Amino acid sequence: MPERIGITLKVNGEEVRQEVPVRLNLADFLRQELALTGTHVGCEHGVCGACTLRVNGRIVRSCLMLAAQADGCDVQTIEGLAASGEIAALQNAFIEHNALQCGYCTPGMLFAAADYVAARRPPNREAVREHLSGNYCRCTGYQSIVDAVCEVAAQDATKGGHK
Amino acid sequence: MKAPSFSYERAESVANAIELLARHGPDAQILAGGQSLMPMLNFRVARPAVLVDINPIADLAAIRVDKKGVFIGALARHADIEHSGEVAEQLPLVAAAMPQIAHPAIRNRGTFGGSCALGDPAAELPACCVALGAEFRIAGPKGERSVPAAKFFAGVYTTALEPGELLLGAQFPARQPGYVSRFLELTRRHGDYAMVGAAAHGRLDKGRLSDLKFVYFAVGDRPIMAMGLARAVEGKPLDAATIDAAVAALKDDLDPPGDLHASSVLKRHLAGVIARRMLNEYATHKGA
Ligand SMILES: Cc1cc2nc3c(=O)[nH]c(=O)nc-3n(C[C@H](O)[C@H](O)[C@H](O)COP(=O)(O)OP(=O)(O)OC[C@H]3O[C@@H](n4cnc5c(N)ncnc54)[C@H](O)[C@@H]3O)c2cc1C
Ligand code: FES
Ligand code: FES
Repeated sequence: MPERIGITLKVNGEEVRQEVPVRLNLADFLRQELALTGTHVGCEHGVCGACTLRVNGRIVRSCLMLAAQADGCDVQTIEGLAASGEIAALQNAFIEHNALQCGYCTPGMLFAAADYVAARRPPNREAVREHLSGNYCRCTGYQSIVDAVCEVAAQDATKGGHK
Repeated sequence: MKAPSFSYERAESVANAIELLARHGPDAQILAGGQSLMPMLNFRVARPAVLVDINPIADLAAIRVDKKGVFIGALARHADIEHSGEVAEQLPLVAAAMPQIAHPAIRNRGTFGGSCALGDPAAELPACCVALGAEFRIAGPKGERSVPAAKFFAGVYTTALEPGELLLGAQFPARQPGYVSRFLELTRRHGDYAMVGAAAHGRLDKGRLSDLKFVYFAVGDRPIMAMGLARAVEGKPLDAATIDAAVAALKDDLDPPGDLHASSVLKRHLAGVIARRMLNEYATHKGA
């Protein structure tokens, strides 16, 4: 019998109480137990970034965190992030610039990009590439993704100014 | 792949962690940020019977500054160290290294103690700790002890930590006037482990270096102090001849084994490139 543990956490603002196997990672918990399949799983060792989401407001790899460790945490998945409206401009820019093809990397990429935009960093290609360096995309060749993020970062500049 | 089965315990305090480790013996393993251990579990390279999660021990996450210097707690996240104003001011070497460690999402979870306890010879923080003369604080069933960084790293994934012990953090000496740090690493892609890197700390006075600690990483089984290089520059004007002599001295300082990222010959070459760039930076450094 695999050991189980009770956890209580917030997922996209809603409280979830569940009993889970202790070895279950957060990505699999969200996908398999909560049917939130927007969190993608690629490598399961932290390298590809497909599983990136927010825990307590910070982006993390959900394949490298146990569901048990999310007890008491506030988790936001791509479903919640999209519904919040926070990334509407990024989503539009991704579509306009063809910054996705198969879409496998996109949820993680959007979390990393949102992090960059929210920090009000300037539309600097080098800095954007560096910030997204932990997210693999096997389709686009990255140029269009950097274009999209820079466009939104530049719009933000006209609104509020950068750090 | 998925992690194997294990039992899971949360440690609520240092004493509780030591007690849990003692109770479960050698089959227990500490879980900190999980950014190295979780991949090892998912690959089934690590198969601990019990994971002792130390994340609830809030005290261990502190970064404290006092007269003695700076203490970085084992559970301080890479991102917290990266964004700490105190670290930027007191430990500019560490501040320069942080953005080079992995990627933002990994730095949000990965911890100082995990990076040091892992003992990966390609990691940035161990080299910084050696260059700055940090002392590791360790708790165990028999009480606490300190180990200087130069003695802590004992080989590939091997440190002075004994089974049942918990790394509490590291004490860095207070910043000394006149000392200047430099950090540089060469990677194929930002955030990857370095092919070769170095952390340097030394006294710079009128263009001359003394008491230089020039510590390489990813060129051996642990951080490697380039003693010949330091002797070659000690007290000399940092001109082309001195820098050539310093780079030549690396022949005896380093014997890098090749790895997946670079052959031994390439690593030797890159170590020279790094030394030259960093010494040139020292030579042109304005103000101290
Ligand atoms: C894609 C990727 C890229 C990375 N790139 C880099 C890089 O460029 N440079 C780099 O340095 N690191 C890199 N890392 C590793 C990262 O920095 C890890 O966070 C770090 O090495 C381990 O810290 P952790 O807190 O995650 O430890 P964990 O993974 O939780 O633990 C690591 C080991 O240390 C032990 N341990 C942890 N804390 C303690 C303690 N307080 N006392 C005693 N033992 C303890 C654990 O039992 C385990 O054996 C990368 C990781 C990934 C996934
Ligand atoms: S699935 Fe988590 S980083 Fe690849
Ligand atoms: S769009 Fe296919 S992996 Fe990025």
